Amino acid sequence: MGMILKNGIVFDPMNNVKGEKKDILIENGVIVDKLNERTARVVDVSNKVVMPGGVEIHSHMAGGKVNSGRALRPEDHRGFVMPKTDITRSGSGFSTPTTFMTGYLYSKMGYTTGMTAALPPLMGRHTHEELKDIPMMDKGALTLLGNNWFVMRYLKEGDIEKCAAYVSWLLNAVKGYAVKIVNPGGSEAWGWGKNCRSIDDPVPHFDITPQEIIKGMVEVNERLCLPHSVHLHPNNLGRLGNFETTLQTMKIPNGTKAAGDRQVLQVTHTQFHSYGGDSWKTFESKADAIADVINKSDDIIIDTGFVTLDETTTMTADGPMEFYLSGLTRLKWVNRNIELETSPGITPFVFSKKMPTASIQWAIGLELALLIEDPWKVLLTTDHPNGGPFIRYPRIIAWLMSEKYREKTISEVHKAVNKRSVVPTLDREYDLNEIAVITRAGQAKSLGLDHIKGHLGPGAHADIAVYDIDPANLNPNNYAEIEEKFANTAYTIKDGEIVVKDGEIVKVVDGRTLFVNAKVDPGIEKDVIKDIEYNFKRFYSINLANYPVRKEYLTRPMEIRT
Amino acid sequence: MKKAKGYGRMVTDVVCPFCGTLCDDLEVVVEDNKIKNVRHACRIGSSKFLAMNELKRPNRPMIRKDGSFEEVDMAAAIEECGRILSRSKRPLLYGWSSTGCEAHFVGIELAEELGGVIDSTSSVCHGPSVIAIQDVGYPSATLGDVKNRADLIIYWGANPMHAHPRHLSRYSVFPRGYFRERGQQDRELIVVDVRKTDTAKLANRFVQVRYGEDFELLSALRLVINGKELEADEVAGVSKEDILELADRMKTCQYGTLFFGMGLTQSYGTHRNIDAGISLVRDLNHHTKFSIVAMRGHYNVTGIGEVLTWQTGYPFAVDFSRGYPRYNPGETTANDVLQREEADAALIIASDPVAHFPKKAVEHLARIPMITIGPHMIPTAQLSEVFIPSSISGIEEASTAYRMDTVPLKLRKVIEPPEGIYSDVEILEMILENVRERRVRQMEREKKAGEGR
Ligand code: SF4
Ligand SMILES: [Zn+2]
Repeated sequence: MGMILKNGIVFDPMNNVKGEKKDILIENGVIVDKLNERTARVVDVSNKVVMPGGVEIHSHMAGGKVNSGRALRPEDHRGFVMPKTDITRSGSGFSTPTTFMTGYLYSKMGYTTGMTAALPPLMGRHTHEELKDIPMMDKGALTLLGNNWFVMRYLKEGDIEKCAAYVSWLLNAVKGYAVKIVNPGGSEAWGWGKNCRSIDDPVPHFDITPQEIIKGMVEVNERLCLPHSVHLHPNNLGRLGNFETTLQTMKIPNGTKAAGDRQVLQVTHTQFHSYGGDSWKTFESKADAIADVINKSDDIIIDTGFVTLDETTTMTADGPMEFYLSGLTRLKWVNRNIELETSPGITPFVFSKKMPTASIQWAIGLELALLIEDPWKVLLTTDHPNGGPFIRYPRIIAWLMSEKYREKTISEVHKAVNKRSVVPTLDREYDLNEIAVITRAGQAKSLGLDHIKGHLGPGAHADIAVYDIDPANLNPNNYAEIEEKFANTAYTIKDGEIVVKDGEIVKVVDGRTLFVNAKVDPGIEKDVIKDIEYNFKRFYSINLANYPVRKEYLTRPMEIRT
Repeated sequence: MKKAKGYGRMVTDVVCPFCGTLCDDLEVVVEDNKIKNVRHACRIGSSKFLAMNELKRPNRPMIRKDGSFEEVDMAAAIEECGRILSRSKRPLLYGWSSTGCEAHFVGIELAEELGGVIDSTSSVCHGPSVIAIQDVGYPSATLGDVKNRADLIIYWGANPMHAHPRHLSRYSVFPRGYFRERGQQDRELIVVDVRKTDTAKLANRFVQVRYGEDFELLSALRLVINGKELEADEVAGVSKEDILELADRMKTCQYGTLFFGMGLTQSYGTHRNIDAGISLVRDLNHHTKFSIVAMRGHYNVTGIGEVLTWQTGYPFAVDFSRGYPRYNPGETTANDVLQREEADAALIIASDPVAHFPKKAVEHLARIPMITIGPHMIPTAQLSEVFIPSSISGIEEASTAYRMDTVPLKLRKVIEPPEGIYSDVEILEMILENVRERRVRQMEREKKAGEGR
């Protein structure tokens, strides 16, 4: 039986539909252009906003590091709980919600697809076990490769082809979706308690620089025609004056051609990489300098990494950064060095409105979004839970749509934002179409999923969010209402089924697990596998045969071939 | 699967389901569904496999009738479990360390359905470590990282030569690593313990700490490492000179790892000891690279902690009585729920609390209806109302387990379980279904009664 979403006001930026009254037809879980109207179920969504389902592009929602974060902080879980219902499981956690709850919370906001931000290959099975327990969404995993010994060795030897064959093998082995680079070289240096503080700082013992890793991996990524571009967390996250590193980093892929209709590089949680100043007293926003480059570039996009002014649990595969941060706060600290691959760390952090730094960080996220002109180049994230939990997305949307809301918050945060950021001077207000770009269409395009996700044209998966907002009567000054409406959909539809109604979960479904299978030359692949076999035995602590993650760990596996 | 020379078939890359070392390089020769030979495993690991042939295992569920066990069929046993658990107001579901994560999934769902308390053996072994981690954190590393980098290995209150026999040869002291090409010659082994254990006999340096004074020694080391003057001539039975030397060695190594065991978690001071150990390692990271790893015992005690955490938010001692997960060690821990005589029924799986819990807790267990699931007729089973024999995960069933350093591995099925024996997962699923049906019937009865009025 089909379904007709009737009389909604549709925002479908990919198909250039900007707030038109339009019916959406659904059959067999996909959007169609014709339907037997007599047998179809009609759902009246008159004067409500209809958008493609939200797409999360960077959220630490599943895996060993997230789980260590949960275990580390019972205090994060006590006050924020979801009891069991007849159809849903219970859960807890504000900044690190448990798996079932993660799926429900995203679904209530209208999100239907999500990428977990950092899968360490050796721990891939763990990440997938958790993804399996995140219902309601299609999901995938950005796979950590920027400090991988095989990668660094092949790139050092200048052997892009072998490196590509290795990356292809690895992504398939651990069922990863994309190449993620975190603090290239620096996380390996952290194996010795060191770091790489510039893009030319050599990685101890590997005789390669962060710059060479990034450049090489961009080439590898495009040679493999992967759906997503390289997803890069540059060196020096969170450090004073780091915007210069970021600017240098953004020059690296210069000239490399993208294999698809997308960027060649996504610089992630750029808020954390846009800092000026040489002491905490002179700490200031350099978002304008970053936005300037993005505005001029056709190859690079960013996601924001907003700071939401909450108490949260920071976690990244940037081990030295977490150690440094915990040194500043003296709060508890977890580190997880993972053989041959990466070194994540975790520490709690309070982004207090009273703190000048936190206030400026809040402003920087907004500045990036307001100063970058083309919304397709700036995707909404908090780097969950680093800048704040994903449940704050509706609040961020309200900040972006309402200058009045920003003024109110500016009056509450530290007054440093007036001098050391330009956010008080910006009067741009996002419209609903732009919101649809920065929360779903842009993500789908960046991920190379735009044939099935992020739009409402025929052939797209019928993943849809309906918000009880009447665009004709929308007043951006009513920011509290905007936040409330984006937090609880009127309907969330997943694969053609209504799963949320009036902000309540009404049906629990399992999403797909997306992973890539990239084609490489079989001869080179054979050589590389020999090399993997030889080195695996010597340096890993498990047998090669026990490394790959088999499909039984995935829900509804969906292989994307190149 | 290879063909073994001469006879049977050989299963390779088998993971040993015995201790938290979770060696994954075993080769098992199987003929006629019997295990003929096990290669690469240590003595205790291979005995777990080979014992399969000799052990007389109960193969039928049992229910206590008039004081003694009577064999019943599976349906009757499940029915009895459903009856006991559904009647209970505060059931305790305990154990979980020697079974796969797939069983944990069903167990947690069952606990949630019942509004019960679920807890693992962590509660009585590394519980203090978890609490310490929640206080100060956990700068850790995978065992392969240690193998590749470490030039200083410390075992503190741990005797792996007995409890984790292949730990030294696979990960820490003996193996060659990327930056330690000569293996043992490139590393130093220090053992801190109250007595000269077999592990200590291998050490380059053995530090004998006075019983119950680990905390003092750890604190003294921290003092020195943080550049303060140590005033005492001796701490915890260790001379000032030795402490200074030890601190210096720790500070000047390139990469050190502190492995700690039950000697530290169970001695006087418990979580304060681990707190001090972790803080010491944190301090050391200001001078060099150092990591800390808990020597977890049962092969999947780490796994139950991981699964509980991602599904409920807490690593052990989870109470569902309010419909959402709650955690309060000292209140929601198995031992406490029993000693306060709160639990009015218990389901025990993959563990033997009657053999290991304090007397008062065992006495309460003996008073309440208890269900035991497991391969063997252990003391806990003998005190139960219902005993359901199950297959052995990691030998007779494939499953997932987490190594002590949280590396997840897929355990293999090597042989078929005996006729009529179900897996932990299947048994728990049947119980869950029975409990759910009872709830639905109960709701229907209540509805009818309401309509009749
Ligand atoms: S060390 Fe532990 S895991 Fe390894 S073979 Fe022995 S018992 Fe099994
Ligand atoms: Zn991130």
